[in-house]
Amino acid sequence: MKPKWFSPRFVAFVLIALVVGTPISARAATIQISVENLEFSPAEASAKVGDTIEWVNKDVLAHTATARNGDWDVMLPPKKSGTLVLKKAGTVDYYCRFHPNMKATLTVAP
Amino acid sequence: MFTRLSAAIAAIALLTSPALAQGAKLTDPQIAHIAYTAGVIDIAAAKQALAKSTNKDVKAFAEDMVRDHEAVNKQALDLVKKLNVTPQDNDTSKTLSKNAADKLAELGKLNGAAFDKAYVANEVAYHKAVNNALETQLIPSASNGELKSLLQTGLKIFQGHQQHAEQVLATLDQSVGRK
Repeated sequence: MKPKWFSPRFVAFVLIALVVGTPISARAATIQISVENLEFSPAEASAKVGDTIEWVNKDVLAHTATARNGDWDVMLPPKKSGTLVLKKAGTVDYYCRFHPNMKATLTVAP
Repeated sequence: MFTRLSAAIAAIALLTSPALAQGAKLTDPQIAHIAYTAGVIDIAAAKQALAKSTNKDVKAFAEDMVRDHEAVNKQALDLVKKLNVTPQDNDTSKTLSKNAADKLAELGKLNGAAFDKAYVANEVAYHKAVNNALETQLIPSASNGELKSLLQTGLKIFQGHQQHAEQVLATLDQSVGRK
């Protein structure tokens, strides 16, 4: 007898569950922050734990989004994006390691 | 510290010498040449550091300088091409190049921590001098809007480099122990 859980339906459900990862009720969003002319915009952004931040680097220069508290360090190659899934609540000041005059703040709600 | 003092003197010399203190208004082809030359100088300094230094932070900083200044100079070349402008050599560019060649020779004689410190201290002083020239002379003198805006972006980039260099210098000071 073939067990039920090998049915295509069940497999599809498991795959979708794996891909989505989080409960549907969490409604994780992707928040874009543009990086252009050595400025993070918006310089003050808000998000929730589970959300994804996508920094879109429009400069021909490499930048980073580096948390002052050391929690994360995202490389932003020229004309490319870098993403980060937020895992911790709190207000994080971040900057670019290559151009420390580029500063911004991210407020993460639980 | 001697290196700090010599860097300060170099910066003052750069600011007060005819290099960046000409009274005459610069033309756009001259401004483009100066900006490009300033980038080439910093790339050469960085390549010397990459060849000589073994310090991780110094090498990373030098790599950043090569990457950024090459990217900016490529933009500058693209712009002069688009504007159909031929960069024009001038006394400021010549003095900058001469001073830079002297500096390369001077730093070439140093090794190890002494080189690292002198290189990074000079990077602080050099970016400070270039930023001052951009703010007070090159940007106000630029006629073409696109050139002006490229110089303004350049200023932000080089201000970033200056801060980055100051941070690296501070870590070098810490590792050696402050005087």
